[in-house]
Amino acid sequence: MSKVITKPEDPRMPAINWARGEEAENFAKTVRLYRQGKIDADSFRRFRLQHGAYGTRMTDDYAMVRIKIPAGQIYPHQLEKIAHLSEAFSIGSAHVSTRQNIQLHWVVLEDVSEIMRELADVGLTSREACGNTVRNVMCSPLAGVCNKEEFDATQYAIATAKFLLRNPLNQALPRKFKFNFTCCEDHGMVRMTDVGLIPQTRTIDGKPQRGFKVFLGGGLGNKSFVGHQLEDFTPEEDLLYTSIAVIRVFDRLGDRKNSARNRMRYLVDQMGWETFQNLVLKERAIVRVTQSVIVKLDVDTAVQDISSPVRISGFDDKSIPDGFSRWRKTNTCKQKQGDYYSVSVTLEAGDVTANQLRTLADVCREFSAEGHARNGFVQDLYLRYVQESDLPRLYSRLLKVGLANPGSLTMVHPVGCSGTTSCNLALTNSHRLAKEIQRKFIEMRLDEDDDLRDTTIKISGCPNSCGQHEIATIGFYGGGSRMNRDMYPVYQMSLGGRSDGQTMLGVSVIRIPAKRTISAILKIIDTYKENKKAGESLKMWIHKIVTGHADSKVKSVDDIKKILLPLTEVPAIAADKDFYSDYGSDSHYHTRTGKGECAA
Amino acid sequence: MCSLRVTTDADRLRTELRDNSVRVIDVRRAEDYKKDHIPKSVNLPLAVLLSDDDPQRVAKIAQSLGIDDQTPVVVYDDTFGALASRVAWTLEYLGHADVSLLEMTYGQWKSLGLETDQKEYLFGPKTHSVHPRPEILASADYLEKRKDQKGVILVDNRERLNYLEQHIPGAINIPYRTLASEDRILRPHDELKRLLKNRGVVDDAEVITYCGSVGTLSGLAYYALKSIDYPNVKLYVRSFKEWKGLNKPTTKQENADYWDLSAE
Repeated sequence: MSKVITKPEDPRMPAINWARGEEAENFAKTVRLYRQGKIDADSFRRFRLQHGAYGTRMTDDYAMVRIKIPAGQIYPHQLEKIAHLSEAFSIGSAHVSTRQNIQLHWVVLEDVSEIMRELADVGLTSREACGNTVRNVMCSPLAGVCNKEEFDATQYAIATAKFLLRNPLNQALPRKFKFNFTCCEDHGMVRMTDVGLIPQTRTIDGKPQRGFKVFLGGGLGNKSFVGHQLEDFTPEEDLLYTSIAVIRVFDRLGDRKNSARNRMRYLVDQMGWETFQNLVLKERAIVRVTQSVIVKLDVDTAVQDISSPVRISGFDDKSIPDGFSRWRKTNTCKQKQGDYYSVSVTLEAGDVTANQLRTLADVCREFSAEGHARNGFVQDLYLRYVQESDLPRLYSRLLKVGLANPGSLTMVHPVGCSGTTSCNLALTNSHRLAKEIQRKFIEMRLDEDDDLRDTTIKISGCPNSCGQHEIATIGFYGGGSRMNRDMYPVYQMSLGGRSDGQTMLGVSVIRIPAKRTISAILKIIDTYKENKKAGESLKMWIHKIVTGHADSKVKSVDDIKKILLPLTEVPAIAADKDFYSDYGSDSHYHTRTGKGECAA
Repeated sequence: MCSLRVTTDADRLRTELRDNSVRVIDVRRAEDYKKDHIPKSVNLPLAVLLSDDDPQRVAKIAQSLGIDDQTPVVVYDDTFGALASRVAWTLEYLGHADVSLLEMTYGQWKSLGLETDQKEYLFGPKTHSVHPRPEILASADYLEKRKDQKGVILVDNRERLNYLEQHIPGAINIPYRTLASEDRILRPHDELKRLLKNRGVVDDAEVITYCGSVGTLSGLAYYALKSIDYPNVKLYVRSFKEWKGLNKPTTKQENADYWDLSAE
């Protein structure tokens, strides 16, 4: 507590205040009217979602508040505020999502306005974090430091978010709409979103010109699609016009009746890419001539303030804690800026306690020369611009609060959606499974195996892909199965999904009982080790199999299926009671779902 | 009979200390008190009080600390005000009229650079009467009879996950962390009022607070409600531990694995 008072002023503060103070009071008033029966349930739900409060599993009393972190940039005092809010109004932990939001779960609906009020104190908002709006605008957590990027897309992402937030253009779209900016092909998912953008430069008349590769109509869900590239090069002055044009086409033609099939990717699929592409290009021509000249993206071109903290004493080599070199190898990467490193902090399925958030705020002030943190695409959080000589010191600080687990940038860092911990649609506890896999694989030191490093594991608790299983090297989505009259939890496994330059959806393999999923992954690793060629990673080996280019004994997905088949044998309930319960539960498994709100 | 004030700010306490017109009670453990404490404070570790908090014994303790019926008492802790609240409430229950909480924790006091001392203080024995105030106490039987009646609101001050897992039927949950601001053990009055209004805790209700075992977290809630002039607040001092021990009914949030969302 004492630290709060003596803390120095943060030298760097966010440039943009995303909040509007009056929205909190309006929300509180509307909740009262709803509870008094003066607003019908459907209208209230739309209002609630527009303000970033999502429903909670099996109850109307609680909500999940989704705090948007545009481009993932979050400042120390904001982390501290979220720590406080999680203790005051939630479960004492916050959840870092796959779309650069930070979520507070199990919030009493009547307390949501208090959270909004306090978020406004630090310039954050949950506005348009849910509902049929433009959701949080993402940007790669490595934008600005990535070795492969052409330029830093961060300020373009932030300017886009600023232009679209509360913009009448997108307050009632047919369905939610997502923008992802990235740094390069490898560190983002531009083909798996409505609008994906990679920075590009070209030279015209000897002058370099900035622009983007724009991908449209991709996305994960019950039915997933890979996005299409709009044109060779979209110059930066066309970025805003293109964004407006795409939103307008979707707004006009998107399906407002069939909510299960109305993301923009379905529209693209139905009319065919070329037709859609032409519509967007024509629309953009109209937008270009009809928008006022003052309608512009307000891109902040100020040079980033990078200033490393001054150290009075060095770090004594002898006091480097155990595990440092393992952590350094699996959690840090060198930036394009010489001596600086980016550090990925290991979370379990995105969960972080209030105290851990406070420590993150402290170490961010102390070690990041840019003075803020970035959350990423895989329920993670980065501290960037850390001096190499500070890494041991940072490690020992993280160690004290349980944030120094290794493997953040490896296979042992699975994504798990919230599953039955809070979601109405979930069939299994995917969240807990992700944690179980992580704990087991760290214990087995699989994070140190370079062959496995670029493999990803992602888990959804139902077919709707919030856990992004279809772009995982090894993906799972949850469901229920039955032996006679007894149900048990299962996961449909898919292999070979990826979201980089060779983006493809995973290929369905087999349904594995929940309590056999870890064995199944280990079986695949064993098989790979027996069959791999020199220099071939697990990801490469699986890619060859699912694309029909296998050159080992294991030729096809069917071969893998055969190898895994013994794991699907169902024991009698008397022989193995555990098999019939889900992770995190002692009781007999049964499926139970409520109404989803993604399409409300 | 009502306490004159609910919290005391640092400036006022320092003035009263200079005038020797206040008795300050430090409820931290004896070894913490020995290290340093607010000057002229006396030590009454919560555990010592809780070993037997019968009013007759509490009166004796008060007397030995130099507290008579008229002595203004200010209580502090380093545990966000919850332990201090339980001690203050016990004195109030005894019938002591002027007992209040220091508005900040000892840690905050120190970080502001305010005076501390290592000298241990003892004050001559005084005489304190015993006039118990049953109207601020709720027993299990009382709670069971009253809790479903109109105009009675039961508030559980434990953390959200504990509440979701098991609570007294009909209780609403206001975790103790909701009550504090960043640098004070209680939020400003307007914030507390708004928060409680949003949650339907109206000021003409009879409000009964409880927590996990001995009424510390709910003691803080008791004083939060008093600080904004709620006239009828009771502490279920034996709280959920006793309730469960008596096998009285409980309820839970079903069909959700909320514990697995915690990073603890």
